[in-house]
Amino acid sequence: MERIGKLPKLYLAIVFIILYAPIFYLIFYSFNSGGGMSDFESFTWEHYAAVFEDKRLIVIVLNTIIIALLSALLSTTIGVIGALAINFMRNKKMRNAVLSLNNILIVSPDVIIGASFLILFTMIGVKLGFASVLISHIAFSIPIVVIMVLPKLSEMNPTLIDAARDLGATRKDVMTRVILPFIQPGIFAGFFLALTYSLDDFAVTFFVTGNGFSTLSVEIYSMARTGISLTINALSGIIFIVTVALVIGYYALNRKMKAPLAGVKK
Amino acid sequence: MTRDLNLMERLPMKNNRLRSIYSVPYAAWILLFVLAPIALIVYYSFFDLTGNFTLSNYRNFFTSVYLQLTTSSFWYAFLITLFSLLIAYPTAYFITKTKHKQLWLLLIIIPSWINLLLKTYAFIGLMGLYGPLNALLEVVGIGKQQILFTDFSFVFVSVYIFIPFMILPIFNALDKLNPALIDASRDLGANSWTTFKRVVWPLTINGVKSGIQVVFIPALSLFMITRLIAGNKVITLGTAIEQQFLVTQNWGMGSTIAVFLILFMFIIMLFTTGKERGATGNGKNR
Amino acid sequence: MKSIFQAAILILLVSGILIFINHELNEGGSSGKNTITVYNWGEYIDPDLLKQFEEETGIKVIYETFDSNEGMMGKIEQGGTSYDITAPSEYMVEMMAEKNLLLPLDYSKIPNIKHIDPYFLDLPFDPKNKYSVPYFWGTVGIAYNPTLLEGQTFESWDSLWDPTLKQRVILVDSARETVGMSLNSLGYSLNSTNLDELREATDKLKALTPNVKAVIGDEVTQLMVNNEAAISLTWSGQAADMMYENDDINYVVPEEGSNLWFDNFVIPRTAKNIEGAHAFLNFMLDPEVAAQNADYVGYSTPNLSALELMDPEVVEDERFYPDEETRSHLEVYKNLGLELLGVYNELFLEFKMNLR
Repeated sequence: MERIGKLPKLYLAIVFIILYAPIFYLIFYSFNSGGGMSDFESFTWEHYAAVFEDKRLIVIVLNTIIIALLSALLSTTIGVIGALAINFMRNKKMRNAVLSLNNILIVSPDVIIGASFLILFTMIGVKLGFASVLISHIAFSIPIVVIMVLPKLSEMNPTLIDAARDLGATRKDVMTRVILPFIQPGIFAGFFLALTYSLDDFAVTFFVTGNGFSTLSVEIYSMARTGISLTINALSGIIFIVTVALVIGYYALNRKMKAPLAGVKK
Repeated sequence: MTRDLNLMERLPMKNNRLRSIYSVPYAAWILLFVLAPIALIVYYSFFDLTGNFTLSNYRNFFTSVYLQLTTSSFWYAFLITLFSLLIAYPTAYFITKTKHKQLWLLLIIIPSWINLLLKTYAFIGLMGLYGPLNALLEVVGIGKQQILFTDFSFVFVSVYIFIPFMILPIFNALDKLNPALIDASRDLGANSWTTFKRVVWPLTINGVKSGIQVVFIPALSLFMITRLIAGNKVITLGTAIEQQFLVTQNWGMGSTIAVFLILFMFIIMLFTTGKERGATGNGKNR
Repeated sequence: MKSIFQAAILILLVSGILIFINHELNEGGSSGKNTITVYNWGEYIDPDLLKQFEEETGIKVIYETFDSNEGMMGKIEQGGTSYDITAPSEYMVEMMAEKNLLLPLDYSKIPNIKHIDPYFLDLPFDPKNKYSVPYFWGTVGIAYNPTLLEGQTFESWDSLWDPTLKQRVILVDSARETVGMSLNSLGYSLNSTNLDELREATDKLKALTPNVKAVIGDEVTQLMVNNEAAISLTWSGQAADMMYENDDINYVVPEEGSNLWFDNFVIPRTAKNIEGAHAFLNFMLDPEVAAQNADYVGYSTPNLSALELMDPEVVEDERFYPDEETRSHLEVYKNLGLELLGVYNELFLEFKMNLR
């Protein structure tokens, strides 16, 4: 693979600086002994200490992560099935119709999704709380997965399947050994963006939650009127650092395990 | 895309029933979480505040206020999509060229996992009159600028939010691009631009289209940013719906606007899938 | 392919562990008989008081938060939840009472009501305080930062229209407050139902356009603290937050009159533990508790006995505890009905679309 030049490096550097600027800004002020995100007074760890003292906050953070992971996993599963179904549709008109239906939840503002899901849940008698929030997050993350997987499916060369079939592969083999590996990047993209959807959502969760169950977004938005405390900044800082560490750690581990195989390439 | 359609027939299916069993969860999702809410929205859109059947909501939509909102929503969604694409394409391309591309790609997504409201507050601080950005402008000699509450800040922050959604599908398309194809094109004497236009772009068009869909469609109904970053100087259909549902509690009118949003989305889908055929045509000519 | 399944199993494993940890942390979070669920604005109560209440009464408090009156009502109206206490603003108390979403209070169980200033009791939005007890109150006024201005003052709403204030004024993204401010400046009532008056107020508001920097919500606190903005139309509670962080800021209620607002505790129809809810109300009205809470939240308390326990400097601050004379110019919002609320919002939208 060709080496990356100076100009592209600079370009990427700028993109990354902009992407991380607001996060570093948040983390910077999490060390502020003053009350808010301006006028840095002096350095303190007190907001970090406050995070670990607040058991309710920790429970909420864990709730948020559990919901995000499970909803992303399940929506990815259903979304991949959906993408396969759409891709294999014979009737082009039907295909477009289903694809449009798929995108409705993306275009609908959260208030509408939240309100209509709430009506739906109370109608069929789902108890508001963990289950209703999980189901809603799965529901609004499915379309993004479908959209991420579809282009990979349409890129796939049908001769691959023919070849596999000629070699006597069963239906299951074709799926697990040919199709899924090929669309894997699309699946991962869908999964990660589903995580984003879940972690970012406020309005839908607000409507469908209840019985003491809360997520971080709901908590943060409802603080807006009286002012978001720097404890939340500190918390975001911790989450951010842990996430980056996990991602880099996982990546390094993965490479190490694969290294003996890939070693020759280097 | 007749190519894909054949794909299905080539799959060794025992029978169709087995295949449809697998599709049940997705079909159930469409039924419960897409069709049912739409039915509800369409139903509500025919009622006024007092609960009487009426068509007045639809009549209201065609007043100048909502038409103006529609055009401005489309205009800003267009700008946001355009800039997202312009920034995301090279980013995705350069990332495919890096050594640890999977890692860099993940690092693009991670910022989107931090709460949006917090990041927006951070932007208010960063772009403020006494914020770091203005300090930089002053050092460079441009001097203090009002950045917040302008079209620039609105489009900038929106692009910031949507950029991972654009980068991912484009990266996936570029990543699998066979370098031999590009070499072949070069060997045949094509310059970089021709190579890009004739070889790279057509092969990544599906990824780009996915990106456009997941940016343009939600950008139509953006809210919150319109208030926090644009100070309500930009108002979109999403803002209007939110107001109707939460403040005015006129669910009828809110639903009517939502019905139109969904209609617009269907039109966009028709438009983009229409284009799809053309693109494949190009590909075949190649 | 293998990596997909591996990843899926890993995620399930991690989720399982997290669920377990969460369960341990929640220790007996099962909603037994002696719990109450309090549904309040975020950061709007001193968390130490919740602990104190739990220790004193043995009733466990589950605390949930909302970010708008309307969102809160939407949830209570739809049901499926069991909130025992919630905190609507005054107009929302009226609306919820109208929709039959509230339970009448039993004052034999809330003896501490005697500590509340009679001035704040028996108001039109809830006659005889059948459903609500006041929690915090305040006014709407102008927060401004003299160090960024050239000596302008804001005793009158009209001074916002001063042509030297180009792009300086921040308005609040709420129709009743902003249109109401314009109505007040014309000498009309905040609760005007006269369409001509409303039209006149909107036109006057449009004339303010060159001075308007932005129309925003709660973010105004940060903008004022950062010196990004010099003047803002704001609630007294938020002004107090601003002044807490930036000493330069001042707050004034213009003389033509303004709004007097309340946040109140009510027991919604969804309540399961009505006994516990009353105990909670009585606890919150205890002077010492109210004083500590007012100190934490920074808003004005209606609890007369609590005022005696508080820092005199705070209590004597006329900006947040205005005298009789100022109070007489203040009006409480009336529930104008959805139709008129729609009119206010349409006019406000017209003004906002005119901003560009």
